[in-house]
Amino acid sequence: MRFLFKTSYEQDLRLFKHGGQVFWYGLLMLLLLAAPFFAGEYLMSQLHFICIYSIVGLGLMLLVGYTGQVSLGHAAFLAAGAYTEALLQAKDVPFLVSLPCAALLAAALGFVVGLPALRLKGIYLAIATLAFNVIVEEVVTRWESLTNGNSGLHLKPVSLFGLDLGGDAGFFYLCVALTVLSVLALMNLLRSPTGRAFVAIRDSEISASCMGVNLAKYKTLSFAISAALTGIGGALYAHKVTFITPEQFTLLQSIELITIVILGGVGFLHGAVLGAAFLIVLPQLIALAKDLLPATMGGSGLQSIVFGLVLIVFIIFEPLGLYGRWLKIRTWFELFPFYRAGMFRRQKSYMKSERLR
Amino acid sequence: MLAGVAQGCVYALVALGFVLIYKATETVNFAQGDLMMLGGFFALTASVIWGWPYWATIVFSVAAMAIVGMLIERVVLRPVLGQPAFTVVMITIGVGYVLRGLVTMVPGWGTDTYTLPTPFSEGTFKMGGVIFAVQEVAVIGMTAALCAVLYAFFRFSKLGVAMQATSQNQLAAAYMGIPVRRINMFIWGLSSGVAAFAGILLAPVTFVHSNMGFIGLKAFPAAVVGGFGSVPGAIVGGLIIGLVEAFAGRYLPEGFKDVAAYVVVLAVLLVRPSGIFGETARKKV
Repeated sequence: MRFLFKTSYEQDLRLFKHGGQVFWYGLLMLLLLAAPFFAGEYLMSQLHFICIYSIVGLGLMLLVGYTGQVSLGHAAFLAAGAYTEALLQAKDVPFLVSLPCAALLAAALGFVVGLPALRLKGIYLAIATLAFNVIVEEVVTRWESLTNGNSGLHLKPVSLFGLDLGGDAGFFYLCVALTVLSVLALMNLLRSPTGRAFVAIRDSEISASCMGVNLAKYKTLSFAISAALTGIGGALYAHKVTFITPEQFTLLQSIELITIVILGGVGFLHGAVLGAAFLIVLPQLIALAKDLLPATMGGSGLQSIVFGLVLIVFIIFEPLGLYGRWLKIRTWFELFPFYRAGMFRRQKSYMKSERLR
Repeated sequence: MLAGVAQGCVYALVALGFVLIYKATETVNFAQGDLMMLGGFFALTASVIWGWPYWATIVFSVAAMAIVGMLIERVVLRPVLGQPAFTVVMITIGVGYVLRGLVTMVPGWGTDTYTLPTPFSEGTFKMGGVIFAVQEVAVIGMTAALCAVLYAFFRFSKLGVAMQATSQNQLAAAYMGIPVRRINMFIWGLSSGVAAFAGILLAPVTFVHSNMGFIGLKAFPAAVVGGFGSVPGAIVGGLIIGLVEAFAGRYLPEGFKDVAAYVVVLAVLLVRPSGIFGETARKKV
């Protein structure tokens, strides 16, 4: 068991709270830096996707996990990022310019979506974002002069400062760097007044506004930042798959993105990364399991069943997600033998009603 | 015009399923469309594989779906009772995925598209100089009949009144001796039955296949336009969406038909955040 003694105020500001964290995160970084040297082509490709989905997951985590706003339309922001990147690259705009452009356009869209969020709550917001997603998808499909419709757009590999980052290793370092930057940016944001305001809005909107949090400003800000990160993820995604069509940005994609957050653990930055990793690994596990099952069960249905079951099982048995499970295991060892079963239990009301009667 | 109304009736029925569940449990059931799809497949089994008559098919399919709905509530949703609304929504999305996957695995169902035979052929008849398609009139008539039955059920039967009480205030209902949890289960059953009915009505239009449930996404706008907490709102909302789609398909360029419903929903949400018939609620801190 480790005790943290607070001896100075700077201690609260430190990125790493104790030596153990420095060691483990350092080890993780080293492992990631060394990955291109020992990982095969296939594993590298999976790592690319994990990084990309982590960035998107982080964006969504800020919105869902920290600001408490629901979005079923993040695939639209992903599409905005991907298409901006593809179109700008076709015009020979350097990556260093096009990436921020992708983020900015997505952020602008996020701002627009954030506006109705001022009046809508919970499920109505989810449906408004859902409607937004469907509309964006349709616009992308129909605006053929710009997006080439269903025939899609091709992308060339990334190059940065004249360096070709099209290879597995180069692109991997780019993805990792952007992921780490996003994590650091979000950590920093969340301990700033802005981040505290987000959390206050999540916990209770009315209390937050009574405490002087400007709901309009912070909700739209949260949407914009979340969308910007998703846009960056979208730009990388476009480079990864090198060919984008509107079918990649449907409502199902949005649902998949939100499962990253749910599976990883709502309200933890770690959760976004863990959830992304899980979501990428899951289809591989299913593919492995397919060989063991009779042929009639091996169709496309299996994936959707497993996906649905995983979602249900997680929500019923582990509402805190993967990171919550890890926290429980760690606490069990740290406190051994004093761990109690109810330590992480949430307060559960019989019917938590938003309606006043 | 009439086609729009008929299509709107189906939306209205699916939206009705949403509203029933929402009123009772404050959960939006994202699997409603998939329940409808399953109902369609049950009907298919009964009528095509077993060769039952149309009316028996409807009864069988509705009853089977009611049982499925109750099972889903008991197994999946009761453990998460009282958790944040969005968690429950995610679980229904999970249920939808599982149903969609399961259907492709059942022998005889699979991923193919089927036609459900109906006694209402493609014929048309003339009345007062206007041509009606029998199919569409039948859909409208059956929806109206179902609405009447549901109205009578809620108004006169003991169970229906208990359901109303539960949806108005669960705690008070529990104090009055109403078994709220069991009522919730019945409401899921009822809602699934309505979904099955919608599935059967929709089957001649879109055929029966495993992705039929995505039409449920069109019923969302219907439920939202009408206001999630209002049963008549769901019917009106469904009709509005159906009509808007029909008119958009006719008068606007291609592509607008699919998004028209969502544009309407955004507009309604911006003007009246809780729908046309929705009640505005204030929340205590």
